[in-house]
Amino acid sequence: MLTTIRVNGVDRAVEVDPRTSLLDFLRERVGLKGTKKGCDHGQCGACTVLVNGVRINACLSLAVMHDGDEVLTVEGLADGEALHPVQQAFLSEDAFQCGYCTPGQICSTVGLLAEVAAGQPSEVTADLAGPVTLSDAEIRERMSGNICRCSAYPQILAAVRRAAGAAA
Amino acid sequence: MKPFAFERARDVDHALSLAAASPGARFLAGGTNLLDLMKLEIEQPARLIDVGRLPLAEIAETAAGGLRIGALATNTAVASDPRVRSRYPALARAILAGGSVQLRNKATVGGNLMQRTRCPYFMDAAKPCNKRLPGSGCSAMEGLSRSLALFGASEMCVAVSPSDMSVALAAFDAVAETVRADGSVRRRPVETLHRLPGEAPQVDTDLAPDELVLAVELPPPPPGPQAWRKVRARASYTGAIASVAVAGDRVALGAVAARPWRARLAEAALADGASAAEAAAAELAHAEGPEGRRSLVRRITADAIREAREGAAS
Amino acid sequence: MSTVRDWAAPNPVTENRSGLIGKSVDRYEGRLKVTGTAPYAFEVETPSQPLYGHIVSATIARGRITSIDVSQAAAAPGVVLAWSHLNVPTQAQRGAKLNPRSQRGSNPTLASDRVEHYGQSVAFILADTPENARAAGGLVRVAYAAEDADLDFLSSLDLAGPAPGEEDARVGDFEAGYSASEVTVDDTWFSPLQNHAQMEPCATTAWWEGDKVVVHTSIQMVKGGQHALAETLGIPSDRVRLFTRYIGGGFGGKGQSYDDLTLAALAARESGQPVRVAYTRQQMFQATIHRPAVQMRVRLGADRTGRLNAMALEAVTHCARNAPFVEHAANFARNLYAAPHRLTGHRLVRLDIPHAGAMRAPGEAPGMLSLECAMDELAETLGLDPIELRIRNEPEVDPDNAKPFSVRQLVRCMREGAQQFGWDRRNPTPGAVRDGRWYVGMGMATAIRGNFLLPAKAGLRLTGDGLATLTQGMTDIGTGTYTILAQITGETLGLPLDQVRVELGDSDMPPAPGSGGQFGAATAGSAAFETGMVMRRRLAELAAGDPRSPLYGEDPTLMDFANGNIVLGNRSESLAALAARAGPDGVYVEGGISPAADARDWSQHTYGAQFAEVGVDSVTGEVRLRRMFGVFAAGRILNAKLAKSQITGGMIWGVGAALTESNAVDPRYGSFLHQDLGGYLAPVHADIVNLDAVLLDEADDKANPMGIKGVGELGICGAGAAIANAVYNACGVRLRDYPLTPDKVMAALEAKGL
Repeated sequence: MLTTIRVNGVDRAVEVDPRTSLLDFLRERVGLKGTKKGCDHGQCGACTVLVNGVRINACLSLAVMHDGDEVLTVEGLADGEALHPVQQAFLSEDAFQCGYCTPGQICSTVGLLAEVAAGQPSEVTADLAGPVTLSDAEIRERMSGNICRCSAYPQILAAVRRAAGAAA
Repeated sequence: MKPFAFERARDVDHALSLAAASPGARFLAGGTNLLDLMKLEIEQPARLIDVGRLPLAEIAETAAGGLRIGALATNTAVASDPRVRSRYPALARAILAGGSVQLRNKATVGGNLMQRTRCPYFMDAAKPCNKRLPGSGCSAMEGLSRSLALFGASEMCVAVSPSDMSVALAAFDAVAETVRADGSVRRRPVETLHRLPGEAPQVDTDLAPDELVLAVELPPPPPGPQAWRKVRARASYTGAIASVAVAGDRVALGAVAARPWRARLAEAALADGASAAEAAAAELAHAEGPEGRRSLVRRITADAIREAREGAAS
Repeated sequence: MSTVRDWAAPNPVTENRSGLIGKSVDRYEGRLKVTGTAPYAFEVETPSQPLYGHIVSATIARGRITSIDVSQAAAAPGVVLAWSHLNVPTQAQRGAKLNPRSQRGSNPTLASDRVEHYGQSVAFILADTPENARAAGGLVRVAYAAEDADLDFLSSLDLAGPAPGEEDARVGDFEAGYSASEVTVDDTWFSPLQNHAQMEPCATTAWWEGDKVVVHTSIQMVKGGQHALAETLGIPSDRVRLFTRYIGGGFGGKGQSYDDLTLAALAARESGQPVRVAYTRQQMFQATIHRPAVQMRVRLGADRTGRLNAMALEAVTHCARNAPFVEHAANFARNLYAAPHRLTGHRLVRLDIPHAGAMRAPGEAPGMLSLECAMDELAETLGLDPIELRIRNEPEVDPDNAKPFSVRQLVRCMREGAQQFGWDRRNPTPGAVRDGRWYVGMGMATAIRGNFLLPAKAGLRLTGDGLATLTQGMTDIGTGTYTILAQITGETLGLPLDQVRVELGDSDMPPAPGSGGQFGAATAGSAAFETGMVMRRRLAELAAGDPRSPLYGEDPTLMDFANGNIVLGNRSESLAALAARAGPDGVYVEGGISPAADARDWSQHTYGAQFAEVGVDSVTGEVRLRRMFGVFAAGRILNAKLAKSQITGGMIWGVGAALTESNAVDPRYGSFLHQDLGGYLAPVHADIVNLDAVLLDEADDKANPMGIKGVGELGICGAGAAIANAVYNACGVRLRDYPLTPDKVMAALEAKGL
């Protein structure tokens, strides 16, 4: 099926097999391999991308479901040579080791900052009726959909805090 | 993944007529469970009808003072809705306890109701499983998995529903509204939307193949406090070992049956003036399965009731 | 051969005049990783359009394939070829070595009709797209004749035999010492089967250039992978060019190659096109190695003052029937505490399950989960603080062999950790501290992990643009190899970091043993250092011998290197100019390191102390970390930031081992209960609360010329035991069956009437 997805600001019109996941569309059809396949079942978060500004698991979505959507991947974050503040924060805080979960963690952080700005609660939000503040507990819970087996969690926490400070 | 035909529904009628015309078709909304199972060839639909863009995502007040949640509202949208947060906090908390943000951003209310069990033997196509392959047997009954049903299981199947959200919905007496190609609209309590396994565990619900969930309707919340509790080994991003939702005088248990389990015996005991512990014991007196698991559910049930009451007192 | 005394000479690294050694510079390849442009094995550019492979796995534990039909798969859309054992191209017999010096023998796949474990490869599909390959895999029809299999570890303990080539280590007379002790502990612990769960599944991209195959694969050991593939294909290893530049996690699980490598190479040869093959997540669980379960009996005998008189750690573990491996869970106990009467050893059960193998800190990781809790029990019995008990048993020399310690700062780790953690606020009475619904407790444990150095080489080229490029057949599995080699090279040559390049993971480069056993930094780093020193000598001699150099005729041994220049007094010349004159390719040298002849005269380890505070939900038995802190001593630290990432990462593995991680073999099928990341619970971010670590100043002058040691595995050692001890302190429940999941904790609470 001819499917057009705007990826990082560029329209990509591709004839795809309906079985092609959004993840494989990005990696194998468009050549954007920054988005990683860790489990292919929504159980690790390595494939996290932003679709129309919202973070999702690209592995549990079909490319054909996203005809006309805007997708932002890790490759679309930097402004030329200048890293996105979240990327810079991950680099400065050493918030990764092997790097395989990192694009997902970074896209997840971008999504998280928008979700918090929009006042969306999490499981650890004490007062559901009140405003949402970005405590460490909130960051940890909201980043729990991205497994890091190298276990860079303390540094990821620091990176998200740093990025949140930069965004504020 | 087996090959399938893909079609995007233009509107609800189109979706329904496609479904009625194509045996083996499945509606596709968020896809977070269906595509997961299709990759494992546990689900092998001949056709996917993409209903994801139908205008069914609205959350609106009802005349009765409740909320009508469109079937395509995402889990995140529901949990973030100020009306849900203020009036149905146990529902918001139940939703937020499920999956990850990424999954909740994609998964819909309708899809959440339709998700299938995560029993590891169901998820492994090489294993006997009456739910996946009728008549092949049940590997879970004598298996290693501890997430077995305490209520309503049969000799054929001991799988449990993985949905956290539906536990809270059951406690709120929520109703699922569906429509079929012939235009007939049905309203079923979420509590009994799912069948108990009986002799046919392969059939999760009574919904017809061409029957689409349109919305979930919440009556006004019952008076009184609410509570939500989910037990799990990992602090996040994992299914419940057991869960409990309390809404006023209603109690529902999760991950203990093929459907969200309304603890009617506990509720009756509470109405008769029983303590939280007595009410929990009344419900669990009729549970089957390992003692430890029954004990855990008894403890969290009593605790959640107690917490709700203390919350009301303070 | 050198001796460790040769290492005492001053050198640029110990002098550290540029300050690059120890500096928290950003990860060398970090920019590629945060922009998603570091190509992992499945992602490398291919010379032409690739094909995609998919492996079909066995669904019995042991037996024979009676029939296998790939014809339907072969006829499916897009399929290029479909193989079973009946039509796979010829490979060398298992274990065969064309070259006797190959590090690995042939490891053929689809080799016969025999099935030796669940998940073994039985068929392979090559197709034009990943979707077509996988769907065709579902069309392969296999019939088996299953045979009896030994699958369940705990019910097969009576099958346990001696570990091959090993005897129990005995010092003194354990039995007599134990029975004469005033106070004893005798308990048994169980650590379950665990999976590496690297984020990147094993994957290979392969293509042929004439009679040479180029493979990009995800493996920790360059030479091992190259040799295994060459021997399997039956070709000389110089016809296999293996790259492994970026590796999405290894942890020991990628210390060897798997069928993705063999099948990609074979399929690329047969199809004439590049081929990509990756394991599915389910295959990662079922068809790669795992950490085996270990049952450990610990007996401690002490006098009333807490002096250990006797200690025993006896471990029973398992491996695959035809792939011997021993999880050396008792070894660490030989070097940790003083006790005149000692017994340690291993028994092995052979099962018909996937291969057991090395996983981060093999031995110590499960082993310390027993002894370090037994010490906690003994401390309680004696009414001693657990730290005081350990200090009273601090040996003066290695208790196993009476060798002197190279350096041992274990007591300092415990004391500084106690102080920084606030150990004095621990209430020794279990169950005494409540925070709402939570029981709160603290626990500690020690950490010990051996230090190793293996032979390694490196190459170093200085070019006319002033760049130094270090090349080594080494790997960086997230450990920081690229970064520390750049720092060492920069410091050794007096070059700023932006003039240093590091290239790794190529079988054509000077060989290094790869990443594992926390030997990587010491081994690869020492080789880089020695190579840098060779380069210094070469450049100095070039300058001294070149009339165009301002340093012409001077004594090369007096020349120094700083700021990109070679310097003597007030005369200097840039390295760039020197290299440019040397020729178009600049100057290239190689160097290397081998263990010193007398390295084994010292007992050489890394040490640490782990502290944890947990909450135990009084209703559900859920255990949640509240804070965790560790102090470690691991030689000279090359990059404080990266070393800490390694250490805290290890500690978090300990959290997983203590609380969530386990797998089990279903004795009816031989398969694992958990075959994905939804079932196998590696820690997520929410599990890790307020976790931090400190590395002490140290330089181990017996380790290598730079005094560095490894940090990759030390962090996991003892971490889980500290948590288990904290659980006991919180609620008075001693659980010896890991992980401490809510069902077990709650049952224990109930048994106590709580």
